[in-house]
Amino acid sequence: MEAAAATIVTGFVLGGMYALVAIGLTLQYGVARIMNLAYGEFVVAAAFAALWLFTSLGVSPLLGLVLVMPLAFLANWALYRVFLTPLVRRAPDAGALETDSILATFGLLFVVQGVMLAIFGGAYQSYSYLSVPVQVLGATITANRLVALAFAAVIGGGLWFLLAHTRMGTAVRAVAVNPAAAPLVGIDMARTAALAFAVGGAVVAAGGVLVSTFLTFNAAMGMVFTMKALVVVIMGGVGNLMGCLVAGLLLGLTETLVASFVDPGLTLAATYGLFLLVLILRPAGLFGVAAR
Amino acid sequence: MNSTITRRGALGAAAAALAAPAVRAQGAPSAVRIGYAISKTGPNAGGAAITTIPNYEMWVKEVNAAGGLRLGQARVPIQVTEYDDRSVSEDTVRAAERLVNQDRVDFVLPPWGTALNLAVAPILNRAGYPHLASTAVTDRAPELGRRWTNSFWMLGTGSGAGAGLVEVLAPLKQQGRIGDTVALVSVADGFGIELANGMRPAFQRAGFRLTYDRSYPVGTQDMAPILAEAARGNPEVFVACSYPPDTLAITEQARVSGFNPKVFYTGVGTAFPLYKQRFGAATEGVMGVGGVDASSQRFQDYLRRHVASAGREPDRWASAITFASLEMLQQAIERVGRIDRAAVIRELQTGSFDTVIGPVKLQNNLLTDLWQVGQWQGGEFYGLMPLNKQGAKPAILPKPAWPAA
Repeated sequence: MEAAAATIVTGFVLGGMYALVAIGLTLQYGVARIMNLAYGEFVVAAAFAALWLFTSLGVSPLLGLVLVMPLAFLANWALYRVFLTPLVRRAPDAGALETDSILATFGLLFVVQGVMLAIFGGAYQSYSYLSVPVQVLGATITANRLVALAFAAVIGGGLWFLLAHTRMGTAVRAVAVNPAAAPLVGIDMARTAALAFAVGGAVVAAGGVLVSTFLTFNAAMGMVFTMKALVVVIMGGVGNLMGCLVAGLLLGLTETLVASFVDPGLTLAATYGLFLLVLILRPAGLFGVAAR
Repeated sequence: MNSTITRRGALGAAAAALAAPAVRAQGAPSAVRIGYAISKTGPNAGGAAITTIPNYEMWVKEVNAAGGLRLGQARVPIQVTEYDDRSVSEDTVRAAERLVNQDRVDFVLPPWGTALNLAVAPILNRAGYPHLASTAVTDRAPELGRRWTNSFWMLGTGSGAGAGLVEVLAPLKQQGRIGDTVALVSVADGFGIELANGMRPAFQRAGFRLTYDRSYPVGTQDMAPILAEAARGNPEVFVACSYPPDTLAITEQARVSGFNPKVFYTGVGTAFPLYKQRFGAATEGVMGVGGVDASSQRFQDYLRRHVASAGREPDRWASAITFASLEMLQQAIERVGRIDRAAVIRELQTGSFDTVIGPVKLQNNLLTDLWQVGQWQGGEFYGLMPLNKQGAKPAILPKPAWPAA
């Protein structure tokens, strides 16, 4: 019994990390309609920023969040305004924008990766921060993973509050649900989309900073995060925050349960099996709305 | 999207093209053109950046600072043509063909990793270029050395490294210093599989019992459940045939959960300077694949030069062997005294060489005298096995408790 409880706690912590890494993408893809293939590169860039702040300047990663998140917000805002707005303007419909943004961000992926390689080289990086054991219901978990889980909850909850209870948030949801009708009720599409993209970017950066405290990473690892985030976002329903959290937790739990009670070799199979099942039963994702 | 050509590479190629006619006229060429494709991006970049690239760059720098390679009476500087293979075997193959056929380099240095070395081996064989595979570990090495007589396999075999660990542990078990229970986890990929396959029969022969034996997929991000299951049987020996990110994650998880078996062994990455930097005093007693003879003056000198050249330490497994392979190539070329690849291959097959890992003489195109098992002792990763090799240290046992973070 105790072993089962410990396994579930471990699964929740892993799932929280998946959700954290995917929340940003659901905003960027679901609201701003930008399928950002360079997403994982931004996770890794934030991880490098945290590494650099911590090892060179002695700034703790949690303090680093305060620095990195606003910077990422501005950078992503500028990115959307300068680089992606022309694509949005010329795209005749959402499908075309998706294709264009995939191509454009695929190029961006190599630019960001190249810059990181030039600055930091290709070697693996890792540092030790808050890696002290904490006992939770019989599971031994490092404090840094718990902190990441807590932040995932805070960021997820905060975003949910903003989306559900503020005027701006309602506008963002309107754009996510029906981009064609949103301007009819006086929503500034361009501004709302840019905002969602930038907030998404800031959340990505938070994810990168937090996972850097416990994962070993290098400049070439972005694709791993992009893939995981994509699975979580599509499983949860594109643009749906709650779906993102639930899908992330579900994946984390599945992987941990399979690794503990079946065979660690089958975790990937279980992940993609679950993904497939969701896609067959609910093609729009767990919380998704069926396509118009 | 295709192999990128670095500025230096392009310059080198251009200069080489201009210089080519002069070479033929004089006899002694104006430059020795050396080419390589290496993983600057993609999943192999982490390994290549630690083990291979710094050694290639340092070797070229040192040779050219001395005036170049000695060909007969003349000193001839090295010119480098470099490509990024993006960790993709198709790109590696294309780059190797380009280096041989278009750039017409005099010698090709190998890519990083087993898979890419296997990919270029037939091309280098057909073109008659020496192939010093210093970062490839495969159980097929003896067979490959026979099939492609131009190829030299410098990092042993996975099963050799696996059996090596049991060779260290078996006498300790006989003396009653460790029990017979072993928990084994392995990454389900090339080297992890071979290492584990080498260990299982050897453990069995030596009378050990496997209480846990599971593999996990590449890129597994949370080792907690696996380690919890492995620790459940309270094994005396814990072995992880792991890759660098997992090696760090497994060590971290073992440390925080206080799982401290008498023998703690992790795979690739244990010998990385990053491992020491990350875990500091907690590395004490951790065993892994590789090792160095840190008491040797040659190694200390190499260490110092590597830090000065690359700004960081070499790893304690394939780094020094990679540099030794370059020294061997250099000595073979200088003994032949001209760009004669067939003669250089013959020299590599039969000659004895003086290198940073000591004197080297290949056996049937294989480096057989190398460290299979190492252990962190006092901040250095010493070789433990072969037990009678110069510089071998006795194992620290049991592994001391993890210090508090």
